[in-house]
Amino acid sequence: MARMKFLCDSDRCIECNACVTACKNEHEVPWGINRRRVVTINDGRPGERSISMACMHCTDAPCAAVCPVSCFYTTADAIVLHDKDLCIGCGYCFYACPFGAPQYPRVGNFGSRGKMDKCTFCAGGPQQDNTRAEYIQYGSNRIAEGKLPLCAEMCSTKALLAGDGEIIATIYRERVQRRGYGSGAWGWRTAYRETVSI
Amino acid sequence: MRRTLLIAALLLALPWLAATQGQAQTAPAAPGRNPISAEELELQSALRGGVVDGRVSIPNPQAAVLIQPEGRDWRAFHNVTLAWVGGIAVLGMLGVLVLYHLVHGTTRIAGGRSGSTILRFPTIERANHWMVATSFVVLALSGLNLTFGRHVLLPLLGPEAFAALSQWGKYAHNFLAFPFTLGIVVMLLLWVKDNLPTWVDWEWLKAGGGLFGGAHPPAERFNAGQKLMFWITVLGGGVVAATGFLLLFPFAATDIAGMQLSHMLHSILAVLMIAVILGHIYIGTLGVEGAWDAMSTGEVDVNWALQHHRLWAEAQLARERAEAAAAPGAVHAGAAD
Repeated sequence: MARMKFLCDSDRCIECNACVTACKNEHEVPWGINRRRVVTINDGRPGERSISMACMHCTDAPCAAVCPVSCFYTTADAIVLHDKDLCIGCGYCFYACPFGAPQYPRVGNFGSRGKMDKCTFCAGGPQQDNTRAEYIQYGSNRIAEGKLPLCAEMCSTKALLAGDGEIIATIYRERVQRRGYGSGAWGWRTAYRETVSI
Repeated sequence: MRRTLLIAALLLALPWLAATQGQAQTAPAAPGRNPISAEELELQSALRGGVVDGRVSIPNPQAAVLIQPEGRDWRAFHNVTLAWVGGIAVLGMLGVLVLYHLVHGTTRIAGGRSGSTILRFPTIERANHWMVATSFVVLALSGLNLTFGRHVLLPLLGPEAFAALSQWGKYAHNFLAFPFTLGIVVMLLLWVKDNLPTWVDWEWLKAGGGLFGGAHPPAERFNAGQKLMFWITVLGGGVVAATGFLLLFPFAATDIAGMQLSHMLHSILAVLMIAVILGHIYIGTLGVEGAWDAMSTGEVDVNWALQHHRLWAEAQLARERAEAAAAPGAVHAGAAD
């Protein structure tokens, strides 16, 4: 089985936000929720970088570790998913997540928050694959159709890579060797306790 | 902004670090262009406990935080520190109380009940006490459930029933925060004048409150132990309520770091208060004969009052005698003598 990961090559990301839009459209993500976002650091200064960030599907995921109702599970592809029928909207996963991935439909609503929503690596949820019920709760399940996450598939500069960790690390490594520079794999140390060795 | 400056300063110091990391910085860096290594930035941020943040074009400023390593500290607090402190405090207190009860048993009223009673807590004080008490019990149980429920109740109830219970627990926790807070404020106003420390408390504490035998030290309306209980409830409850409201309204007053800190204060103080309240419940029910009357009917036996709160009881009895003398013929029910 593959170990699914995201890798954002920030030397290629042009902050076009197509990944954000693709994600919102593919899963019909409601207003106020962004499963994926593009953060620009050092904006307008030397060393400006844009990084597309979503749930990194961590090894030893902090969200799963702190969830009071244990609603998280990890698929055979190491994708971290959760069961919205069990989620109580307590917000603990949001406190623990290093990437700000968990989102809530009713943030200001008196702490009730509603069911947590986050990137599913386009792998849906615990419902039957590619059913209406699964789509309404979690969005489409491209993984079950044999496809990779749409954000990365749509990326115009191929900055955002999604897929088996070994393969995307190899792609990134080859790029860095060819062009002679690379600022590294954002979030990898935090999410996977490892970096891409060049 | 400050963070951004911090990171900018950090970046200026980074090139040599990045170069020593064996990164593929083979291309000569143009003057003024700092090579940024994701690993180094993350590592440095983690070491400083800082966040990596920037700018986003979506209208949600919180989303500009790229990586916040403090999440790891909060996780360690929640899963390890809180679980141990809470477990030891609550189970430890239960153990101490059981042991005390087995060894010492109920403290009986010296000389038995006299049959005549004296008013200790009027209706308003009892009503407020029970508003705080009932909301505290539900808040405590639903709060403990968030930390210990998945280890204790989840295997017993199964995921669906446990999630439903926790969901209702969360709603109860959110809404009962309001009567609890109101009750704490009213409690402060009603009882603060009787809870200011005096020299009598010092003597009471030196005698150990008569807890382990010996003569029962004199006390005013509230003894030193009750005064401590009062201040733990009012101050501890106040901080727990304030931090709770910060969590109840996400991002209204704090950022994510503030919410993590609020949760830490909230939960640690809460488990310690639960332990203290267990002792309070024991003393008010099984521990001391006659104490329950004070908060149920409000009328306590005169012998109980003289035994546990002699200074207060004597003053009350003297006052009632004076009133009876001032209004001859008027016989008050429950008035002593």
